[in-house]
Formats: sequence, C-alpha cells, structure tokens
Amino acid sequence: MKAKFSLDDDGVVVIIGSGAGGGTLADELTQRGVNVVILEAGKHYTQADFENDEWAMFKKISWLDKRISAGGWHHTETYPNLPAWIVKGVGGSTMHFSGLALRFLPHDFKTRSTYGEVKGANVIDWPISYDELAPYYDIAERKMGVAGTKASGLPEMPPNNHYKVIAAGAKKVGYKDISRPVASNTRPNDGRPACQQIGFCMQGCKIGAKWSTLYSEIPRAIETGRAELRPQSMVLRIEHDKSGKVSGVLYADKDGRQHLQKARVVCVAGNSIESPRLLLNSASSLFPNGLANSSGQVGKNYMNHTTAAAVAIHKGPVYMYRGFDIAAVISDEAQLNPDRGFLGGYHLEGLALHLPFTAAFMKPGGWGREVTSALEQYDHMSCVWVCGEDMPQEENGITLHPTEKDQYGLPIPIVTKTDHTNDAAMRRHGLAAWRKVSEAVGATRVIDMPPYPASHNMGTNRMSANARDGVLNKWGQTHDIKNLFVSDGSQFTSSSAANPTLTIVALAVRQAEYIAGAMQRREI
Amino acid sequence: MSNTSSRPPMRVIEKRVTLSRRGFLKGGGMAALGVGALSTATLMMPADEALAANFKVLGAANGKTLLQLARDIFPHDRISDRYYLQALEPLEAQAAQDDKLKALLTEGVAALDRLAKLRFKKAYTELPKESDRLSLLYVIEHGAFFQKVKGHLVTGFYDNKAVWPLFGYEGSSWEKGGYINRGFDDIDWLDNDA
Ligand SMILES: Cc1cc2nc3c(=O)[nH]c(=O)nc-3n(C[C@H](O)[C@H](O)[C@H](O)COP(=O)(O)OP(=O)(O)OC[C@H]3O[C@@H](n4cnc5c(N)ncnc54)[C@H](O)[C@@H]3O)c2cc1C
Ligand code: SF4
Repeated sequence: MKAKFSLDDDGVVVIIGSGAGGGTLADELTQRGVNVVILEAGKHYTQADFENDEWAMFKKISWLDKRISAGGWHHTETYPNLPAWIVKGVGGSTMHFSGLALRFLPHDFKTRSTYGEVKGANVIDWPISYDELAPYYDIAERKMGVAGTKASGLPEMPPNNHYKVIAAGAKKVGYKDISRPVASNTRPNDGRPACQQIGFCMQGCKIGAKWSTLYSEIPRAIETGRAELRPQSMVLRIEHDKSGKVSGVLYADKDGRQHLQKARVVCVAGNSIESPRLLLNSASSLFPNGLANSSGQVGKNYMNHTTAAAVAIHKGPVYMYRGFDIAAVISDEAQLNPDRGFLGGYHLEGLALHLPFTAAFMKPGGWGREVTSALEQYDHMSCVWVCGEDMPQEENGITLHPTEKDQYGLPIPIVTKTDHTNDAAMRRHGLAAWRKVSEAVGATRVIDMPPYPASHNMGTNRMSANARDGVLNKWGQTHDIKNLFVSDGSQFTSSSAANPTLTIVALAVRQAEYIAGAMQRREI
Repeated sequence: MSNTSSRPPMRVIEKRVTLSRRGFLKGGGMAALGVGALSTATLMMPADEALAANFKVLGAANGKTLLQLARDIFPHDRISDRYYLQALEPLEAQAAQDDKLKALLTEGVAALDRLAKLRFKKAYTELPKESDRLSLLYVIEHGAFFQKVKGHLVTGFYDNKAVWPLFGYEGSSWEKGGYINRGFDDIDWLDNDA
C-alpha cells in the first residue's frame, strides 16, 4: 500500500535524500512504525534504465549541477567543475558505488587520542567508539549483503582475473591481509539474484545483485505503507518556528513549483556537499550563519580520502573488466605504523575501469604516444585505487558562491580542498607500494594517475562530544536544534581509510533507533 | 604449471577489425549525420581524401587536417582513419549548429597551417615526419583549438563501440549473461610466476 501524506501533516519525519544514509533511515524508521516523506532531488530510475556503458550512465545519473573546485588539490586543474562524483537519483550514490564495504578500525574513532595534536589539522575524537558501533556494523553487513562476512552469512565473492593478479603480487611482497568484502549477493539473497560477474557494478547493477537502496531499502519502506517517496523534489531550505525548532522544508518539484512540507523531524542526507549547503542556505534572522551552525563548523573539515590511482601493464592479458569491479583489497597498510612517515593508513583497492574511463582518467589532459601506447595494452592492465585517511582541516570545506546561482536561484557550492602534508606522504607511499605489488608479478609498466573526482565525501557536519567543536552529537542530532538530524557521511569526525558507505548505513540504523525512541518518549 | 593442461585456455580477444569497409560505409555513424548514399566518385578517391570529403560542414580541406590532427593526438598505428573520422563526426555535427565552434575549428586549422608554413614551408598535412608535426602541436597544445579537439576525442574516439574490440575490450555484457561463464576467472599465465 502506497502512503500519501498531506503537505500540512506535521507528524511526519522528512528525509532529504534517498542514498546510503537517507534510504537506510527510511527503511529503519518505517519498520519502527514512523511515517516518513522522502524528498529526493533526482529522478526515479529503475534497472531498465541501467546501461552497461560508463559515459551513458555517468551522464544519466550524476549530479551535474555546477560546482567549483578550489584550493590546492589537483581537481582545480583536472575537474574544475566536477570536484565530486555523486549521484542525483533515487538510491543516490549507492547506484554508482562499487560495493566495497570495509569497517573502520577502532582507532579511527579516537584519532585525537591516538595521534595527539596534528599540526595544521582539526582532529578530534568521535563521540562514539568502535564497540558502540560494532553491533550496527553487523546489521549493516546483513542489510547490504556483504559477501564473506559472518554477519551476512554470504560466501566470498569468487576471485576474478583482476583479483588473482593483484593478490598474487600482494602475497609475493609479503602482504597478508587480502580480502574482498563487497556488497553483492554471492547467492540469491533478500529477494535479489546472485552476481553474474557482469562487471558494470559502478554503472548500476543491471540485475540488482549489488546492494543499492534504490531496490532494497526504499521499496521495503514503501511497502510498509508508512513512506512516501517524492522524486524530483529538490529541497531549497529548511524552515523553523519561533522557538527555533525546525517545522518543515521548502522544495521545488519537477516543474519548479514550490511546496512547503511540514515536519515533526527533519533528517538531512544529501551527501557531504549538499547537506551543509542546505544548512547554510537555510540561514534566517534567528540563525544568521545557517542552521545548526553555532559552532561555525557547518561545511568545514571536508574530507574525501587521500586517494590516487594507478594502472599496471602485465605481460599477459587480465581483462580487468570481467567480473565484479572491486578486485583484491590489500589492508596491511591500513594499520597504524608511524615508521612510514605518516599518520593513519590506507587500503590498496583493486578497482577495474572499463576502456572509456581508463582513457579519460589515466592521464587527464594527456595525449600522444605516451598515452596511446599504454591504452593499447588495456587488456593487460590491472588498476588500483589508493584509499587512505585524510586529515580534517578547517579550511577545507563547502562555501557558497557570492554571486553565481544554480537553476533554483541558490548560490552554487565551492568545494575547497588542499592536501595536508600527511596526505601527500601517504599518497606517495601508496603508489610506491602498488608498483611493488605489480612488479612482483612481472608488470612491465606502471602508470600513476591523479585522483578521480571525489566519490567519498565526508566530514562537513561532523559529530563532536562538545558542541563547540562540531555540528552533531553522537546520534547525528544537531547540537543546536533537537528535531534536526544529519544522516549521511557528513557526520564523520574522521575519514578512516575505509570506504564510507558501510559506516553510513550502520550510523543510520543506529540513528533510526534513537529517533523512533525519542519520538515515542515525546522528546522530539 | 601442471594445472594449465587440466583447464581450457584463457578466452583471449583478438584485437582485430572484423567490420568490412562496405559494412562501415553503410553503418550508423554517417547516417546519423544525415549523409546519404556516397557517390561512386567518392568511392574511387584515395582513402583519406574520401574520408575528408565527409566533412560537409567544415569542408574537405579542413577535414583532412582534423583527421591528421586527431591521429597525432591519439596515434594508434593499427587503427585506420575511418575510426578517427567517426570520432570527429559528432564534433562536425555540433559545428553545424554552433557558429562559434565552427569558427574555432576553421580558424584553428588555418593557424596551424600558417605555423607549419612559417616553419616548414608546407601545410601541416603535407609534413611527412611525425616529429615535425608534433613540434607544431607542442606550440598550440594549450590553445583553445587543440584543447577542444583533444577534449572531444577522449570520448569521441575511445567511447566509440566500434573501436573497443581493437583494444580487447568487450563492452556491454549483461545481455550475454555477464562473465560468470565467459572467463571472469580464466587467467592462465600467473601460475608460471607464482
Ligand atoms: C563511482 C563511485 C564508487 C563508489 N564506491 C564505493 C565503494 O566501493 N564503497 C563505499 O563505501 N562507497 C563508495 N562510494 C561512495 C558512496 O556511494 C557514498 O559514500 C554514499 O552513497 C554516500 O551516501 P549519502 O547518503 O551520504 O549520499 P548519497 O548516496 O550520495 O545520496 C544523497 C542523495 O541526496 C539527494 N539530494 C542532495 N541534495 C538534495 C536536496 N537538496 N533535496 C533533495 N535531495 C537531495 C541526492 O540527489 C542523492 O540522491 C562510491 C561512490 C561513487 C560515485
Ligand atoms: S558484477 Fe555482479 S554486482 Fe557487478 S554489475 Fe555484475 S552482477 Fe551486478
């Protein structure tokens, strides 16, 4: 039964965004009897819209509204208007995401206590610990169907060629922690089929073997009769009453008509650029610096991982695109080891690109035989993505353009990122490690690539024990406004070296429990 | 080493063209541009001249230069000019709608030729040595014309399904049932090494 709520219904929880955070929250809240309205800026695509075609899908589902890259990072040159790679559509970036589901390590929640003060960075501990989140990691692994985990009970993803090449090299250089926990069914599970090794996981899994809130959490929420999904509904601002509690949200529908949806609780899950942007755009006379921004930390501390990529050309064919897109993941370097000359750690993640993206991302702007001689060996390539912790820095963040506006008349976001010296040292180490792994199995040429547009966006509404240091408490509830929550990766206090989605889902499950309880207790 | 005999060899893609010239001429690329049947006169011209004749908006002379430029930007010796033409077709189609783009391209070609004549007393396409042509491209590589053509080619050339087999890339796979039974794990040269 499909629910329909009136605009005046002030008993609903409004969820802004339907990706990893918002989709999970909708599912978990409706299972607990809460009514929700999901407002999603993008369209409602289905698997019928998915094509095994990198550019076609990129153009179809990416968030392509104008953004500006600023700061010292490479993106000001390589991707001046595409700082981040985020999806606009029901299911959010879980459509594009490649499915790797790694847990944070215990020290990731205690970065300030572990690292001490880090010069030039704004490091604090999370207000929660690994142990507090561990049971929710189990639930998240089960929900997402993470292959090879105890919680899901699903068998491991069978190794493909790309996995085998990387794992062989890794073992030769002495790495031990080689795994592949990916959110894709290795047997039929949760009403979805088993992976057929189609290899276009990042283009939207055509058969739905890979987890996405598009076809798992969202339909489940709708089936309860307690969720209404409104696609093509772009939230423009969050409104509040005289007492400072949020009261509803103003959004534009597909025809540009504006509506005000009343709400008992508002949860922001628009990913780490749009979420702080929305809070900043919701400034009022009561909250002149934006909603929930008494700390001044909204939009600050933007993290997107210390990343780099590289391809290796092998002596025999690999066909890295055959099969699940994540290959072997080497986690030995994710452990702390100050001897390497940097704090934190990184994963080496085998990640296949198809030919069109390899051509575009290998040497953006490059040309000539240097490029073509490598691409002619595309079938012999393996490809890695270095994913490491980056340091929160106050100057890195999301700000509003002083004059330029988007199609809704809202100031466009400027995304500023400059590497910390720690990030640069880690990137060098990661690329050197990949070279060793590749050369150990006889790779003849290794080509370092610059980072891709940021796919992991975090930290811009961070959690903090003290209201002075961050935007949210340990439930993702804003320090300033009791019935306003943030439910996406912008909650992260540190980035860890792990890909963010599993942690976003675990936090959303935990937050749903809290919100449902607090509503019952009439605290909100 | 011992187990290589017990399993089938790796499914390897021959990086070869299977399309006939005739098949190509009938193919979708030019039809999409609105180019109808080719006259027999066109078929009798040397290959590159025949291809250049397809540049109806920019003209054959500009077309010839753009074809050479495209090949110099992304040189693949085993890949014939027809694929470079296919890569440029959408750019020409855009130029038909966009006077500014058309001017950028025609003036860019003219400037490149002026530079070539200044240095080598010949037009760019008349320079037989790749290194001579490249020396000119290094001069213009940061300019709007070169950037436009190169930027377009990244997708125009490599996102063309017709060239994918030449790189050993197989494209869309879901309709073939993925790779679960088509060699996702059939690598056979690693054992010799491990
Ligand atoms: C190519 C790619 C590969 C990736 N691979 C991995 C991986 O292997 N493992 C991993 O952990 N992570 C991966 N990620 C990252 C992962 O997808 C994101 O971290 C995760 O989806 C973020 O969840 P979220 O809820 O914060 O935002 P999203 O999932 O991005 O959802 C945000 C949604 O909010 C909507 N929205 C935004 N603003 C508004 C507004 N004002 N009004 C209404 N709706 C709005 C957007 O349209 C979007 O649908 C990948 C990402 C990409 C792009
Ligand atoms: S490899 Fe598996 S998960 Fe990825 S697209 Fe194919 S079927 Fe889906």
